[in-house]
Amino acid sequence: MSTQTSEAATANTFPQLLLHHAAVRGERPAIREKDLGIWQTWTWAQVAAEVRALACGLAAQGLKRGEHLAVIGENRPRLYWTMTAAQCLGAIPVPLYQDAVAAEMVYVFKDAGIARAVVEDQEQVDKVLEVAESVPGITHIYYDDGRGLRNYARDGLMAFDELQRIGREYDAAHPDFFMQQVAQVQPEDTAAMFYTSGTTGHPKGVVHTQGALIDRSRAACVLEGLTDHEEILAYLPPAWIGQNIFSYAQAYVAGFCVNCPESPETISNDMREIGPTYYFAPPRVLEALLTTVTIRMEDASRPKRAWYKYFMNVATRVGGRLLDGQAVGFGDRLLYALGDFSVYAPLRNALGMSRLKVAYTAGEAIGPDLFRFYRSIGINLKQLYGSTETAVFVCIQPDGQVRADTVGPPVPGVEIKIADSGELLIKSPGLLKEYYKNPQATAEVLSADGWYHTGDAGYLDREGHLKIIDRARDVGKMADGTLFAPKYLENKLKFFPYIKEAVAFGDARDKVCAFINIDMEAVSNWAEKQNIPYAGYLDLTSRAEVYALVRDCVEKANADLATDPKLANSQISRFVILHKELDADDGELTRTRKVRRGYIGDKYGVLVDAVYSGKKSQFIETRVKFEDGREGMISADLKIMDARIFPAVLAAA
Amino acid sequence: MSDRTIGGVVLDLRNISLSFGGVKALTDISFDVREGEVRAIIGPNGAGKSSMLNVINGVYRPQQGEIVFQGKTRHDMDTHEAAAQGIARTFQNIALFKGMSVLDNIMTGRNLKIKTNFLQQAIWWGPAKREEIAQRQKVEEVIDFLEIQHIRKTPVGRLPYGLQKRVELARALAAEPKILLLDEPMAGMNVEEKQDMCRFIMDANEQFGTTVVLIEHDMGVVMDLSDRVVVLDYGRKIADGVPDEVRVNPDVISAYLGQSH
Repeated sequence: MSTQTSEAATANTFPQLLLHHAAVRGERPAIREKDLGIWQTWTWAQVAAEVRALACGLAAQGLKRGEHLAVIGENRPRLYWTMTAAQCLGAIPVPLYQDAVAAEMVYVFKDAGIARAVVEDQEQVDKVLEVAESVPGITHIYYDDGRGLRNYARDGLMAFDELQRIGREYDAAHPDFFMQQVAQVQPEDTAAMFYTSGTTGHPKGVVHTQGALIDRSRAACVLEGLTDHEEILAYLPPAWIGQNIFSYAQAYVAGFCVNCPESPETISNDMREIGPTYYFAPPRVLEALLTTVTIRMEDASRPKRAWYKYFMNVATRVGGRLLDGQAVGFGDRLLYALGDFSVYAPLRNALGMSRLKVAYTAGEAIGPDLFRFYRSIGINLKQLYGSTETAVFVCIQPDGQVRADTVGPPVPGVEIKIADSGELLIKSPGLLKEYYKNPQATAEVLSADGWYHTGDAGYLDREGHLKIIDRARDVGKMADGTLFAPKYLENKLKFFPYIKEAVAFGDARDKVCAFINIDMEAVSNWAEKQNIPYAGYLDLTSRAEVYALVRDCVEKANADLATDPKLANSQISRFVILHKELDADDGELTRTRKVRRGYIGDKYGVLVDAVYSGKKSQFIETRVKFEDGREGMISADLKIMDARIFPAVLAAA
Repeated sequence: MSDRTIGGVVLDLRNISLSFGGVKALTDISFDVREGEVRAIIGPNGAGKSSMLNVINGVYRPQQGEIVFQGKTRHDMDTHEAAAQGIARTFQNIALFKGMSVLDNIMTGRNLKIKTNFLQQAIWWGPAKREEIAQRQKVEEVIDFLEIQHIRKTPVGRLPYGLQKRVELARALAAEPKILLLDEPMAGMNVEEKQDMCRFIMDANEQFGTTVVLIEHDMGVVMDLSDRVVVLDYGRKIADGVPDEVRVNPDVISAYLGQSH
């Protein structure tokens, strides 16, 4: 297997990799697109020919070395070819999010000085034309799908086919041109630029070299033993580096086949038809898939539901351990085999995951239950850590060492260091070259001796696995010096279905306390089943039974924290269930639903004081804004409850 | 932005009168449709708009008048002939096969193009198979055009109303019509669905050069979409012209808003 990847090891630029695959596996499929209901396939040899025509076309149209070229659209073969064609000429493709509005694109067009764009369809042409109204110098727009564009009379607007036709003519007239251009491309040349969304201020263009993208892709391919027989489904935005690495860089390194779905609505169908062997999904996608499965199971007949429930319990107990290659008793193995035949295999098939060798999830913290669900039914779902600036792969969980709460050891080639502040520093061949035209921002994250500052706080556990706990600037220290990672604690609580939001306090304090919002839907469901009467949200939050329910959750979280020597002292000792839901309208959450800890600490100051002074209850009045804009006061006498603290467990988990 | 070519008269309706017993549905109506244009028929409820479409594709036979279609003058149309000559339509109250998939429904639009007979199709061998593949190709183009790939295999009855309307349009387009008759294609749709439908109608008109005759109540849609508008009221024609003329016509205003007495 490893020969498949190492044979390409000599090629260190995308154009050379393309030519390599066209020569070595010219007849193997390189990319597919479902069009008119049928999967159309292009082999590596065909792709090489298409890219050549395109590159010559772009050159004939005047695309220069080092020039930026915008690429906007869904995952489409022609847009992927455009990226390679630009790279062949030493130009730099800049993929943009296809759902961004024109106003958002203006900044990027200006910043990168983009004069040309290759776009998918009329929608994107319209946007670029709108951008061109405020950004002078956009001279050429090339489009793939000409529908609706027949009557657009504008200079510089050209169909993709026409561009390639020009290219073929140019190629015939200058037969040596293409190979000369390809020979000039070096691994140190910029391969692509990715704009980070940037929660504050303007987006920044992350510049990556050919070598950086290829090195990281190759490291991950070797680690997972990916061959040219993999199939992947390209369904996430191509402007996101994760998608670009998975369906472009890695495909070019390993020579496997990328499949472009028919439309965004048909993804689940297309996935079943293709049966990818390698897959990536952020947690929200995995959660949505699980929800559809759960809903369909609830509509099934009672015996089927009972069967499903029984075998899902079996899977939860032994599935993950089987996947990790741990010892499992004969009886359980037999039960699991029966479950696999009757439940798990059909389920994997329905999800389009029957052939999966490896699946990754990343991007945000994944709930342990969600993570275990996929692993328990035999899907090798793993976590990884990385960002746009690191060309994704920093840490990957190796097979057999998968944990729900760590992201695995560093990928070969990566060095990790934890700064005194707790911030994670990285040295890797995949680091960004710079932020485009922004030396100040570059200097902030990239130190002179080559360490990249991630802004994340984390540490390596005893087995050498990286554990990310929070954003570095949010991490504090308790009075006794223990690390206090509020978001980590809050996430731990939020993974319980009954808890919707949590706010942890403990910076410079002797113990950790938490405010909790219950999840109204889950808790009211639970209350109904327990025959607990209640009048409304406020009443429900103050019921002793609900407090007991939440205390169980908190104590479970504490028991879990106790196994972690660094965090064992930050167990939650007291908590309050808040009488109102934290709300963005009241300034307690950001618009993206992140808790604003500092603001809440001030607003509920009396409550914080009461919790730390050991009171049993506290009366509080809060101003709230209703949805129609009126304001009102709600008041409540809130109970404060103690939770059990567990002694730190030192045995290996 | 439009530089579509609008050709000569392709359908000419002359002095059409239609009555059911003593009820006069249409009285002495004349108007023409030019090749490649979007022609709207508007009017208050009961004005005779749907009756007019039914006359055009032969469902109703007018008592008086004549229809000139593609140079041939006749007293009335025949439904089969109308379809064979390239007139396709959609209905006000969706007329699809609810139990059949979207794909099969659209395939029925190709019925007249299929040359193999029942027996050949039953055995599904040789020419019949080749023909189905060719027809399916055309159907897939329409599916792609109307962006309904994701519901290809879904039974029509399970689809929401707006999508059913789109499937009906797909079936009509699958027949590759010269003239497309649309009876309230946007009735009961929300704003977004209406925008989509407008775009599909415009694209079909532009891309395939399909002549469109449509009935619509949404004045915004009519004024934006159509090249010329004919206005009916109580079975009579009260106005005919480009949208801007019709909009300011006092008869039209009073027909829609009622007369102050």
